[in-house]
Amino acid sequence: MAIFSVYVVNKAGGLIYQLDHYAPRADSEKTFSYPLDLVLRLHDERVVVAFGQRDGIRVGHAVLAINGAEVNGRFTADGKDVLEFLSNPANYPVSIRFGRHRLSSNEKLMLASMFHSLFAIGSQLSPEVGSSGIEMLETDTFKLHCFQTLTGIKFMVLADPRQAGIDSLLRKIYEIYSDFALKNPFYSLEMPIRCELFDQNLKLALEVAEKAGPFGPGS
Amino acid sequence: MSRQAGRGTESKKMNSELFTLTYGALVTQLCKDYENDEDVNKQLDKMGYNIGVRLIEDFLARSNVGRCHDFRETADVIAKIAFKMYLGITPSVTNWSPGGDEFSLILENNPLVDFVELPDNHSSLIYSNLLCGVLRGALEMVQMAVDVKFVQDTLKGDSVTEIRMKFIRRIEDNLPAGEE
Repeated sequence: MAIFSVYVVNKAGGLIYQLDHYAPRADSEKTFSYPLDLVLRLHDERVVVAFGQRDGIRVGHAVLAINGAEVNGRFTADGKDVLEFLSNPANYPVSIRFGRHRLSSNEKLMLASMFHSLFAIGSQLSPEVGSSGIEMLETDTFKLHCFQTLTGIKFMVLADPRQAGIDSLLRKIYEIYSDFALKNPFYSLEMPIRCELFDQNLKLALEVAEKAGPFGPGS
Repeated sequence: MSRQAGRGTESKKMNSELFTLTYGALVTQLCKDYENDEDVNKQLDKMGYNIGVRLIEDFLARSNVGRCHDFRETADVIAKIAFKMYLGITPSVTNWSPGGDEFSLILENNPLVDFVELPDNHSSLIYSNLLCGVLRGALEMVQMAVDVKFVQDTLKGDSVTEIRMKFIRRIEDNLPAGEE
């Protein structure tokens, strides 16, 4: 049972807080000799595996690091193009780390704004008047729960589909926001939340919810 | 005053005298700083507004009240739930205007003014003006523009404290989705 992430979106649709709570997925680091038996290609400014799954390296995994140094999109840490680097036999043997690409903060901002718009569309599509927006989005690997307050702030939690008690977790996150973010006089409304106490208490609340497992927290 | 128990923290009871003293110190310092009663009133209203925009979230998070559908419901929620939760008093709602857009909150006792006497040189000071700002700020965050003012004040010799609240309009810009 796990809670993967928490997003807080302000009235205008901007992401003001984001927390990733899952254990990092297994990355595979392997040493390769020339020629590379995986087919790599450029996709969205990242180098991904297009063909040649083996040993835990799946199609779609991105190159995360070369020889221990993290890559910067399509360039290595010292500015060389990754694909050129890997097509040169002189650079082998090389150790490459593959893994699922994690969202950058810009991507998260964009996705949060997109969800904000979709949320509004949800209420417009409804055949009934005064329907709420999207409350839950379900896929085979996670469920996204969204709670919008009367003041327009949205709290979103991505969790395992079997995790229960998310509704009360969302209310608890609202309480934590009203305590540690709003009661901090140095926090300005609608701005990104950078409050230590908010982080700590949120993580505690997530742990409590996770421990409660599929039956939800005891009342 | 105490915080609600059962939130994981021990319920903390705080001395209300400290609250009265703190508010008193605030007002007297403002008087010294601004020297003009009107300016002090404005500052208290601004401060109250800043409190109100934050307090509303705390109120909604703890009280689980849903959206009010008309001004009468709003008045009841303010008097019976909000005032009770934050100041421990329950004002009565009276003097509705014929159009249903104005009402009065009658406070028998006001915790902010325990032990306070207004001197003659501050006759136009609205001592509890912070409350007006709080109500205005809080309602603005739930899309209601209101005008709040004191019409009677025990500090000025009246028998009760009366706050008049008038509904101006619904704030249509930036409505949360689903509230149209």
